[in-house]
Amino acid sequence: MSITNLLENWSDFRHQHPSEDRPHLEYKWAMSIDLDSCTGCNACSVACYAENNLPVVGKEKFAHGHSHHWMRIERYWDNDGREFADQGAQFLPMLCQHCESAPCETVCPVGATNHTADGLNSQVYNRCVGSRYCNANCPYKVRYFNWYDYPTTDNVWPAPMEQQLNPDVTVRGKGVMEKCTFCVQRLTVAKSDARTEGRLVLDGEVQTACQQVCPTGAITFGNLVDPLAKVGKQWMQQQVDLNKDKQAKDAAEDAVKLRGYRILEELRTYPSVMYLEQLRESAI
Amino acid sequence: MEKDIREDIAWAQINKDVLKSLESPRRIYWVILLIAIAMVGVAVGCEIYQYQTGMGVANKNNSHVWSLYIATFIFWIGMSHSGTLLSAILHLMHADWRKPIYRFAEAMTTFSLMTAGLFVMVHLGRLWQVYYVMPYPNERWAWPNFQSPLVWDMFAIATYLSSSVLFLYVGMIPDLAICRDNIHAGWRKKLYTIMSLGWEGTDRQWRNFRMTYLTIACFLIPLAVSVHSIVASDFAMSNMPGWHVTSFPPYFVAGALYSGCAAIITLFIILRYVFRFEEYMTLPIMRKLVRLTFAIAMVWTYLNLIEFASVWYGHDQTAKDQLIFKATGPYAPYFWAMIFFGSILPLMLAFKRFQTHLPILFVVSILLNVGMWLERWMIISPSFAHGHYPWAWDHDQWPSLIQWGMVFGSFGWFTLLFMVFCKVFPSVSMYEVKEMVYHRSLAQKHKPAVKGDY
Repeated sequence: MSITNLLENWSDFRHQHPSEDRPHLEYKWAMSIDLDSCTGCNACSVACYAENNLPVVGKEKFAHGHSHHWMRIERYWDNDGREFADQGAQFLPMLCQHCESAPCETVCPVGATNHTADGLNSQVYNRCVGSRYCNANCPYKVRYFNWYDYPTTDNVWPAPMEQQLNPDVTVRGKGVMEKCTFCVQRLTVAKSDARTEGRLVLDGEVQTACQQVCPTGAITFGNLVDPLAKVGKQWMQQQVDLNKDKQAKDAAEDAVKLRGYRILEELRTYPSVMYLEQLRESAI
Repeated sequence: MEKDIREDIAWAQINKDVLKSLESPRRIYWVILLIAIAMVGVAVGCEIYQYQTGMGVANKNNSHVWSLYIATFIFWIGMSHSGTLLSAILHLMHADWRKPIYRFAEAMTTFSLMTAGLFVMVHLGRLWQVYYVMPYPNERWAWPNFQSPLVWDMFAIATYLSSSVLFLYVGMIPDLAICRDNIHAGWRKKLYTIMSLGWEGTDRQWRNFRMTYLTIACFLIPLAVSVHSIVASDFAMSNMPGWHVTSFPPYFVAGALYSGCAAIITLFIILRYVFRFEEYMTLPIMRKLVRLTFAIAMVWTYLNLIEFASVWYGHDQTAKDQLIFKATGPYAPYFWAMIFFGSILPLMLAFKRFQTHLPILFVVSILLNVGMWLERWMIISPSFAHGHYPWAWDHDQWPSLIQWGMVFGSFGWFTLLFMVFCKVFPSVSMYEVKEMVYHRSLAQKHKPAVKGDY
C-alpha cells in the first residue's frame, strides 16, 4: 500500500465535483417534479415505504422525529395575513436531492457516502459508523437515522409482515444513516439488462417507485445524458443547468414562462432534482 | 509586593508536605471519591441502556442529530487547554508562579481529554465500528475520508492526548524519584521505581531532562492551538447557519483557555483544602491566576462580539435569522445565561477584593464553566432548530435524561481520574518548587540596591 497508490486511488474514490470536472459519460440520473401536478396524496411516500423496506415507526416515535420517510410531502400555507389560505396548502415532495457537490459526502469520516459514476449519492450501510455528520451538514435534512433496531422491534413488521419486505433491498439495523437512493436496486437491474443486450438503458425502461405510483404523473425520472429522455427535455425547456448555481428563471425579467428551479441552489450543492413551480391563479 | 511563596521553606519540608498528600488527605477526599464513583455509575448505566436500545433513547431526532454529547465533548476538549497554557506557554515565558500549580493543571489536561474522547464514542450510532475512522491497512482498501473534519479530530485528539500524557510523565520523573526514595515497600515502591526510570539526579540527567522537557513544551503549544481549531472546523467547515463562521477557530481556542483557567481555579481551591497545600498554592498565585482568567474572559467576549457583528453585517440572511432565533427563540434563556456567565460575571474578577476571596472564587469559577458549557450547547442545538430548511424548524427537541445522565456522569469520571491521580502521584511539582524557593532566597540574599530590580 504505497503512498502513490493511496493518492491515485484517492482521486478515483472521491468524486464530488459538478460534472464539468468529471463529466458523466453514460448515465446521470435526475428527476423533475411538477408541483403543479402534485396533489399531495402521499402515494409516493407510501410506495417508497413499500419498495425500500422503510420501517413504520408508529405514532409516538414519529412525533419524536424518528420517522423514515425518504420521500416526504411537505405542506406550505400561504396565509398572507388571512386566517386561512385561499388556495389551500402547497405541497412539496422532498427527497434526497442527489447533489452533484453533496455536502454530506465531504464530511463523512469513514467515506460511507459517496458519489457514483451515475451521479447518485450513495450510502454504504456497512461502512456507516453513525456519526450523523452527514445529516448535520445536509441543508435539506433528507437523511434519516436508524434510532432503534427496527428489524428486531416487534410492531414494525409484525409477522407475517416481514414476508412483504423487498428482497432486493437491505433491511437496516440500528445506528446507520439512510436516505433516498433513487431506487438504486431498480437502476442496477435495468443497467445490467441493458448491458447484456449491449446498449444503454432506454428512457422509461426504469422507474422509481415514487414515479411509478404518482397518479398525476408529477414525477419524471431518467437519464440526463440521454438526449431522448423526457427528464432531460424538461430540464432543457426550463433552462435549468446542472452545473449552475443560478438558473435562467432567477435571472431573466421576462422569464415568467420558466418554472424550473432547484432548492437552495445558492449553497452550490448542484442538486439533481428540478422542481417546476406551482402556477397559482394570482400568478396568471 | 506579596510573595508567591515563602523563601524560608526547607527543601526537606517541601518533600514532606507533598509526600504527605499521597498518604493522608482530609476525610473529604474519600467523600469526593465516592460521589465521583456514584456519578460514573449513572453514566455507565445510561450508556449500557443506550448501547442496547439504540440512539433514540437520547431523544435526538432526524433534524437534531447532534446534541449534548457533542456540546459536552467540546467542553471537555476546551478544559484540556489550560494545562498546556500553564505548563508550556508560561514555562517558555519563565513565569515562575506557575510552578506549584502546573502539575495538576497538566493532569487536568490529560483527564479531560480522556473524558472528551469518551463522548465521541458515546455519540456514535455504531460504537462497535469506531475503528473505521482510523486509517489501518486492510484488504478492502477502505480508508477513512481524509476530507472529513471528524477524521482530523481523531488525529488531533490522539496526538494531543499522547503528547500531553508524555509531557505530564516526563515532567514528573524527578519527583517520582523522590517518591521512590522515600517509600520503603509496597506496590507504590515498585511503581515509582519503574516509572522514575533510574533517575539519580546527575548533571547529565538534568541536562537531558531540561532539553526533553523544553522540546515537548515547544511541540505542545502549536498542537494545543491546532486541536481546538480542528474541533472548531467540525462546525466552521459545514454549511449550517450559525456554524459556518470564519472566526470559529480562535473563538474556540479562547473559549477553551477560558473554561480551562476557570477549572484550574476550582481545582486549586479543592486541592489546597483537601491536601493542605496552603504553603504552596498561595493566595498571590491565585491572584495571578484570576487575572489571567479575567484577561482571557475579555478576549472571549471580544471574539463573541466579533462573531455576532460579522453575522449581523454579513450577507447571509439565514445566519442572521439563526442569530435572532438564538437570542429570542426557545433557547433565549440559555443564550442570555451564557452571555451573563461568560461576559458579565467575570467582570467581578477585576476587583482586587474578590481576587483572593476563595469561597466567592470557588462559586464564580464553577459558574464561569457553566457559562462555557452553555456556550457549546448554544453552538450546537439552535443551529439544528433553525437551519436552512424550514421543514426542520418545528421539530422542537429536548435532550432526554439519558443524555443528561451521561453529561452528569462525565464530571464524576473526570473527578475520579483526577482524584486518584492526586493520591498516587505528587500533584505539586517538588523539584520546581525547590527551584522557586532557591531563586527567591538567592534574590533575598543579594538584594539589589535599586528597589524593584528583581
